[in-house]
Amino acid sequence: MTINVQITISLKEGMLDPEARAIQHALANLGYATETLATARVFQVGLDTDSAEEAERMATEMCDRLLANPVIHSYEIEVI
Amino acid sequence: MRFAVLQFGGSNCDNDAQHVIEDVCGVDCDLVWYKEGFSRSYDAIVIPGGFSYGDYLRAGAIATRTPVMQDVRQHAAAGGLVLGICNGAQIGAESRMVPGVFTTNEYPKFICEWAHLVVENDTSPFTSQYRKGEVIRIPIAHKEGRYVAEAGVAEQLLDEGRVAFRFCDASGVCTPESNPNGSALNITGVLSEDQNVLLMMPHPERASEAVLGSDDGKKLFDSMIKYCERRE
Repeated sequence: MTINVQITISLKEGMLDPEARAIQHALANLGYATETLATARVFQVGLDTDSAEEAERMATEMCDRLLANPVIHSYEIEVI
Repeated sequence: MRFAVLQFGGSNCDNDAQHVIEDVCGVDCDLVWYKEGFSRSYDAIVIPGGFSYGDYLRAGAIATRTPVMQDVRQHAAAGGLVLGICNGAQIGAESRMVPGVFTTNEYPKFICEWAHLVVENDTSPFTSQYRKGEVIRIPIAHKEGRYVAEAGVAEQLLDEGRVAFRFCDASGVCTPESNPNGSALNITGVLSEDQNVLLMMPHPERASEAVLGSDDGKKLFDSMIKYCERRE
């Protein structure tokens, strides 16, 4: 059985997000004033397990070991 | 004495590093393909610049998780020298060989230009041939070179003498204007706790012959060689 999880990697609160700032500039050029804008990266992963708990454990491990860098990133895991 | 330059798919400063070590400094140096690994011991391992794995996920993140990096960490743990330059620094930081990370520049574009650096440590295996406060000219070429560390860590590294180089102006003063990528405290060269690992964004191998506009980087390789001679 496959369980799908969605992993969202974001910059920690207070971390400079240079790409977001550049995007805000571009949006301003199009006439959109934005108060805030943050970027995030989403991974959709199918895991070979039938336990939602196990899927969440595996996804957490993947984040800690590769997908996120704890110095700058936080992450959220959603079992779909 | 023998140095190694570790090659990943996408490394592109590997031959330059080998050229400087072998032809300019006169030390034997092997190019080692990451899949083949190390077939002998080396005095120093250089992780060169480039774009390993196309910078996928984060610069250096994929190369860090290859088996050969376990050998590099073991080599460092045993006191061997490791020099990470540019992408090599990103790989070393992802490997937690020093605290912090090199991430997207404050202004998120690729910067390729000469930089002034002030030497902050003149006793490490990589910097003994410089003198503290010396201003050197070495080029940078990166988009993900902004040094970021957890709160208080940059200050602590500076206090502990674990900062080798900081961006500065031509007179050696570290200002926001002389910080091309927005690095914490202008830091762009970080030493491990035992000071046998140096991770730096500037390219000393591109500034080791006067014909290239500066030979200020050569003293870094000379320092490593002096250290290895004493260790032999």
